[in-house]
Amino acid sequence: MPELEAVIGLEIHVQLATKTKMFCGCELSFGAEPNVHTCPICLAHPGVLPVPNEEAIRYALQIAAALGCEVAPRSIFHRKNYFYPDSPKAYQISQYDIPLASKGRLGEIRIHRAHLEEDAAKMIHVGESGRIQGSGTSLVDFNRGGTPLVEIVTEPDLRSAGEAAQWARLLRTTIRQLGVSDVNMEEGSLRVDANVSLRPAGSVELGTKTELKNMNSFRFLQRGVEAELGRQRELIEAGGAVVQETLHYEPQSGSLTSLRSKEEAHDYRYFPEPDLVPLAPTEAMLREARESLPELPMARVRRYQEELGLAQDPATQLAADPETADFFEQTATQADGVEPRIVANWVTGELAAALRQDGGEARAADSKVEPAALAALVVMVGARKISHGAGKAVLAALVAEGGEPASIVEREGLTQISDSGELESVVAATVEANPEAAAQVREGNEKAIGVIVGAVMRETKGRADGGEVKGLIRSQLGLD
Amino acid sequence: MGGLLELSVAEAAGRIAAGEVSPAEYLVAWRGAAARDELNAYLWRAEDPVEEGEGPLAGIPVAVKDIFCTEGVPTTAASRILQGYRPPYTAAAVSRLTDAGVSLLGKTNMDEFAMGSSNENSAYGPVLNPWDRGRVPGGSSGGSAAAVAGGLAPCAIGTDTGGSIRQPAALCGIVGLKPTYGAISRYGMIAFASSLDQCGPLTRDVTDAALLLSVLEGRDRCDSTSVGIAGGVRKPSREDLKGLRFAVPSELGGEGVETGVREVFEATLGRIESLGGEVAETPLPHAEHGISAYYLIAPAEASSNLARYDGVRYGTRAPGAGELVEMYEATRAVGFGPEVKRRIMLGTYALSSGYYDAYYGRAQKVRAKIAADFSSAFSAFDFVVTPTSPSVAFNLGEKSGDPLAMYLNDFFTVPMSLAGIPAISIPAGLAEPSGGGPQLPVGFQIAAPAFAEQNLLEAAYALERAIGFDQRPPAADVPQGPPGQSASGDGADA
Amino acid sequence: MTDELAGILEHVDRIAALDLEDVSPTSHVVELENVLRPDRPRPSWPRDVVLAQAPDPVAGAFRVPSPQADA
Repeated sequence: MPELEAVIGLEIHVQLATKTKMFCGCELSFGAEPNVHTCPICLAHPGVLPVPNEEAIRYALQIAAALGCEVAPRSIFHRKNYFYPDSPKAYQISQYDIPLASKGRLGEIRIHRAHLEEDAAKMIHVGESGRIQGSGTSLVDFNRGGTPLVEIVTEPDLRSAGEAAQWARLLRTTIRQLGVSDVNMEEGSLRVDANVSLRPAGSVELGTKTELKNMNSFRFLQRGVEAELGRQRELIEAGGAVVQETLHYEPQSGSLTSLRSKEEAHDYRYFPEPDLVPLAPTEAMLREARESLPELPMARVRRYQEELGLAQDPATQLAADPETADFFEQTATQADGVEPRIVANWVTGELAAALRQDGGEARAADSKVEPAALAALVVMVGARKISHGAGKAVLAALVAEGGEPASIVEREGLTQISDSGELESVVAATVEANPEAAAQVREGNEKAIGVIVGAVMRETKGRADGGEVKGLIRSQLGLD
Repeated sequence: MGGLLELSVAEAAGRIAAGEVSPAEYLVAWRGAAARDELNAYLWRAEDPVEEGEGPLAGIPVAVKDIFCTEGVPTTAASRILQGYRPPYTAAAVSRLTDAGVSLLGKTNMDEFAMGSSNENSAYGPVLNPWDRGRVPGGSSGGSAAAVAGGLAPCAIGTDTGGSIRQPAALCGIVGLKPTYGAISRYGMIAFASSLDQCGPLTRDVTDAALLLSVLEGRDRCDSTSVGIAGGVRKPSREDLKGLRFAVPSELGGEGVETGVREVFEATLGRIESLGGEVAETPLPHAEHGISAYYLIAPAEASSNLARYDGVRYGTRAPGAGELVEMYEATRAVGFGPEVKRRIMLGTYALSSGYYDAYYGRAQKVRAKIAADFSSAFSAFDFVVTPTSPSVAFNLGEKSGDPLAMYLNDFFTVPMSLAGIPAISIPAGLAEPSGGGPQLPVGFQIAAPAFAEQNLLEAAYALERAIGFDQRPPAADVPQGPPGQSASGDGADA
Repeated sequence: MTDELAGILEHVDRIAALDLEDVSPTSHVVELENVLRPDRPRPSWPRDVVLAQAPDPVAGAFRVPSPQADA
């Protein structure tokens, strides 16, 4: 049996954060009472007609620009015909063979196409099983029906479940930065399905693929793809063949259920939408989309590494959250004489820890810590006016109450002991008070020094510099 | 009272504007006439207190084909599946009329979902032709045509997808106009074939048609395919046809046209020449394939447009179904008539995977060819003319057993629909049907380039004056007003 | 019904014989592009109006029998 390689492509639906629906002026909402944001158009009453939302077009062009896509000079809408209660017209207005955008790239993964369409309504079960099937009746809420969607389809360039989840995160961050969508998987404004197959390593032909749905977090996406790859692998190794089908991933149990669906056999009878005229993005529209792009994550990571000297990990971590990245840059700019990578470590390290300690999900930009305050703190520590340990204590205070470091230092009396005479006498007293530890250190047990250092730090309320204390202990014990 | 019903809409509007007639008086007279409907032309008539309305058409009542949504007022498209449906909004075309002061007189009967050429496909019974109640009025706007011809309304609006205004107008001896595709908003018009449907007036004369069109046309932001008519529409006044060139398509001569119809057509060509117009033949090589293309495109779009009638959000739902697909199937089996079902099946087939290219795809190419044929013709001619219908009104039941024979009624009207160009039918004379019997109206069709409605109306007006068609259907047996005053004017009176 | 449909199909099949190589199919008579509307909310219809026509309104929603299998 030759070695098998995974071939994965993703199909992503992004709900756009416009004010109104794709084809009518009903407001978009989340969590409203059922059917309070509807009208004859999104309810598909007889005689109604769709009119496209110009902001949705603009957002779609921005997404296309961010993904480096070619924009079709002229694209049209198609009707995708199928019967289901969540589809009131019994067709979805989408794009078929002439989509708005194609042939893009994000990171290592090529984008096959991106197009505009409208979202379906929501069906709620009325029954005990918790699923629509077999529950007797369903209730339909059309509030969501008609929400603008951009569907993005990648080429099958992904090679592992982990890579798929990681790339999906990058896509999410990128789109979030454009401000065109909340891209929240739990809320449904970002939906990711995976097309999964295996083939002999080195082969160029594609194996039979299955489509995986219902993974509503990046973790579940990874697990789901892993589970399906495992299932296919077992099947192939046992001599079986993969059947093309749609599978529903159940996160709680990890099981994959085949949707006995007419999906594969379904004929959508696509034809051009006669109620809509073509989209022909003008040069001005394209330019506006390109120029509206903020610095996207990939570019920011590169700049942090090349221009600011950050290592890849902190650079990637910061770029993943634009607001934290902005916070970092504002701090770094004001932290005279301190290297940006040190500031980065404070932001991704000490500050992140302090925020977690404080409880809640607060991010740097939302906290009471001002970039100017953090900059001043980092400068103080760098100039050894306070110890690193004292710095952490000041940071905790900044997180809790805001303000600026200098006054906190004064208030708490945290100024580093710069008078070595004072420190020497504290060290001497502590060494004397810890004879066993002192003896162990003399004998070569380096670890025991920690006991004495700790005692000194407690005594000085952290105002001493740990390294300096260690040096003094060693010299007093006659070691250096 | 009788005299009021004789006025054309333009005349009535003038008298009302001059204060000689009160809007209420005029409305009440027409309400009374409409109430004497023995043709099954109306599915619903207004019975609320008369409101006069304000604007250039204040006091003018209009009969509206039951395919236009009218808020709070029953709208069925003559189908069981919309029985009891009252739309929560009003069609743009109707709003434009009421904004001008028009009053809704009633909703007229039609072929179900506009599918038909005889008004025998209504779920609420056929409409009778006022000229001979054993015959059809044409379709699908049969109710609107019969109402205007039968003295039950001063004017009406209908829809034309492949001839559904023009053909019933011809069979009922009145004027029917299909404007350029995009001239009038489709918002609120229950969709049959989206790329073909257009609203238009059915009136007693060309001037009234122009008057209604001038109010109806215009770009509507709720219909992204609507553009209106640049320059608007004015009352026509042309007195002759000097310098105008009229083309007769060489391919559309053929078999299937009744002798009487052909004679009236030829006579009308003679009249054009005596008015100074030039008449010559021109090729329209693909026009004869219009029926084939139309009966692929229209059912295909209809199969998609009618899919929303599923019993979920409005309309009828078949009771007792415990499962979703069962509910869909039962609702639609009971709710749709046989012609609608036939076209949905045909349309679904034409769009299905593996057949799309051979059917729908090809039909759209044929359509492009037909449009190109007309463009060519219009580079040398101002108008293209044909008989509107191959026959005069036929007997009820005569063609309803043979769908293909029924479809061929649209032979002359379908090419203009496919090309999207405007066309008008005016009554040109009477003729005996091929099976023998009393004479019946014959329509003459004039088509013009896209958005050339003003030229079209001017030519039609001049020709109408010269023809002087003043025959009316025989008076009904029911008395029409105080003794000595006949509401329906001349015509064979007992 | 089948006979009727077969007869109709036979007629419309005449277009199979036509030469249509050089033609791009047209769906629209009017050559418009980019007809869009501004992203401005307008009031939705009141729910009671929207549900007034529903065959089976329940708890502010449209009730339907469930499908036998997922579609």
